Amino acid sequence: MSGTDLDALPDGGKHADAERPGVTEESRWGKSATGASIKGANALSLHVPEPVGRPGDEPNFSHVALSAAGEVSRPAVDAYAGDIKAHATSLVRVLSDDHEAVGEWAGATSLALCVQGLRAMMKVRAYDERMLIAQRQGKTSFYIQCTGEEAISCGQRLALERGDMCFPTYRQQGLLLAQDYPLLDMICQVFSNSRDKLRGRQLPVMYSAKDYGFFSISGNLGTQFVQAVGWAMASAIDGNNRIASGWIGEGSTAESDFHSALVFASVYRPPVILNVVNNQWAISSFQGVAGGASATFAERAHGYGIASLRVDGNDFLAVHAASKWAERRARSNLGPTLIEWVTYRAAGHSTSDDPGKYRPKGDAEAWPLGDPIDRLKNYLIKQDRWSEAQHEQTWTALQEEVRAATREAETYGTLNEGPKPSALEMFEGVYEEMPEHLLRQRQKLGV
Amino acid sequence: MTMIEAIRDAIDTMMARDQRVVVFGEDVGYFGGVFRCTDGLQEKYGASRVFDTPINESGIIGVAVGMASYGLRPIAEIQFADYVYPGYDQIVSEAARLRHRSAGDFTAPMVVRMPCGGGIFGGQTHSQSPEALFTHVAGLKTVMPSNPYDAKGLLIAAIEDPDPVIFFEPKRLYNGPFDGYHDRPLTAWKQHPKGAVPEDYYSIELGKAELVSEGDDVTIIAYGTLVHVALAALEGTNISADVIDLRTLVPLDLAAIEASVQKTGRCVIAHEATYTNGYGAELAALVQETCFYHLEAPIERVTGWDTPYPHAQEWDYFPGPARLEKAICRVLEGTALAEGAAAQANGGANQ
Repeated sequence: MSGTDLDALPDGGKHADAERPGVTEESRWGKSATGASIKGANALSLHVPEPVGRPGDEPNFSHVALSAAGEVSRPAVDAYAGDIKAHATSLVRVLSDDHEAVGEWAGATSLALCVQGLRAMMKVRAYDERMLIAQRQGKTSFYIQCTGEEAISCGQRLALERGDMCFPTYRQQGLLLAQDYPLLDMICQVFSNSRDKLRGRQLPVMYSAKDYGFFSISGNLGTQFVQAVGWAMASAIDGNNRIASGWIGEGSTAESDFHSALVFASVYRPPVILNVVNNQWAISSFQGVAGGASATFAERAHGYGIASLRVDGNDFLAVHAASKWAERRARSNLGPTLIEWVTYRAAGHSTSDDPGKYRPKGDAEAWPLGDPIDRLKNYLIKQDRWSEAQHEQTWTALQEEVRAATREAETYGTLNEGPKPSALEMFEGVYEEMPEHLLRQRQKLGV
Repeated sequence: MTMIEAIRDAIDTMMARDQRVVVFGEDVGYFGGVFRCTDGLQEKYGASRVFDTPINESGIIGVAVGMASYGLRPIAEIQFADYVYPGYDQIVSEAARLRHRSAGDFTAPMVVRMPCGGGIFGGQTHSQSPEALFTHVAGLKTVMPSNPYDAKGLLIAAIEDPDPVIFFEPKRLYNGPFDGYHDRPLTAWKQHPKGAVPEDYYSIELGKAELVSEGDDVTIIAYGTLVHVALAALEGTNISADVIDLRTLVPLDLAAIEASVQKTGRCVIAHEATYTNGYGAELAALVQETCFYHLEAPIERVTGWDTPYPHAQEWDYFPGPARLEKAICRVLEGTALAEGAAAQANGGANQ
């Protein structure tokens, strides 16, 4: 809300405070905490943003600005950032409510690719469901689902080429599964077992897969965004044609790394796609706590002269088409693109979280952009490339594939049972060669 | 060569040998750096390998991590060590751990260079020695040369190293071997044997200390500027001391320390950084662990005080030769040497 909007309110925007328990007239207008005398209605008050709904409220998404499917134009790939500013507040959508692909962004994605994308998204969901159960069974300490956000990572990965490098957060498992990265390797990492490629060192889901263009996930938020820019700068310095794709959540755009990434991307114009996944929630903090109520996240690119798009993240066709647009720009040396993916985190933040404590029940179901798998399924059925029966069959087969991989992974151990990585592994790889002080410490532990 | 020329020569040598080496930082490109360490390199190697960056240390180090993971060999210059803190997260959480957390899938072979230390009236934002903030971090190597010859050899080794290296350059040594006597005329590096720097490629292995003075009475462990202060403190005394220039703090040449202290039985540790939890505390602990039964006296530490680096009081803060000499006398207490040295110290400068 801007300053002028505040002035327009009868009480100068203070009504929200007055309704809160513990905020009395005395505490508002009496002596301040530091003892300063306050002149009645002239007292300042802090704006602490609140979401429109909390537990007990009805879901309400009237504040999410939407465009109709097909409404937003597709600019030329070499469009000047300053000429497409409206694309940061509108919403690129391809799939209509009656399951058609409409508008200028349609046609970028073949039906065969849609089927591939649908399978990939379903695999991600089947995998997430199984790993959630495995965590509840004590086979791992921690798991993070991406329910409702599957289209973004799967759609973008299918717009990239081999050799391109993604710098993901922990909610982009689709980048691996869309390439048929071995399920077994993922599960062994989640179980931190004797076959874990990361040798038990890293938290579950913090995969690393260089051969699949998947940078090691840190677990710290935001740090990888500027590294993606650096990697893309390196590709340009090297005279290569590979591009980078950086990922960040809307909550972490508040980190200074986000600014660092944008300012370096603005200055050197490297071949990078800067993805902001706006899933509305950063653990319990709604997007307004990251500044999302004042402007869209896509609009932040404007101050840096970077082209940006705001896109329906639950629309596989829109994701793929927008990613392809940004990919073409990057690979043609036309510089970076920021894309805000508007989506909804349908599950909890992680297995350690309970969203029922801070947001309305039924929010995910009420999300106006629907479920990405359902939407793509319905489109393909309408195109006669898919059927309910095929969908059921595929789902059952994928569940079985994941179950089988989980069973196999269990033979290599789980976090609490069976074989696990040796304690020696913690001393290895701190440096390329183990220095003497680590050798001595290793000997002390007796490994 | 001066230390600045030696550093520039090391970067030049490596840029000519290895296409993957790139160098960047604030004012590093066209201007050649505020201390001139990259002067002429942009002209020689082009702006895509030598360039200016925005004033954003987390960005400078963050992009270096990305470049290193790509396969380049970035050298990031932080204009003053005092400015590194916005980039600390990228060093500690990212560069230092990348190899370990990805089980070698990705690595960060990069060098972060920064001028450190006081002695130029830089006040609290241009004088710090934050090496202990880096020696504490698993996965980093930390280097601090004390002269041009070592600076070139160590920097080349750092650039070639497969792991991230934090490279501190004591700025008071850039133009001459500073002995702590700020009121005396500067000696130029060309009058010092370590100012003779070959133009060819050579490297000095990280983790190897150098014994710069040999003796039997006491061991002085120092690095950077304090190596010269230690030599100045001994000058004119009858004390025969081992002066160890560590050169690399991590990995540490503990064998050199052990051999010396077991011989002398007495140990003084000197650095410019603050006292509490300074690297000297680690050194003292290691000496105690490895040489306890050889020690004849408690270990002494001579360091900066636990205060921000002051401006007007710079020479009260700086651990100069007089303070070091007093510490040496304390560890020699009860020996004939101590009395002679004490007399000497009382007649000396008031540092």
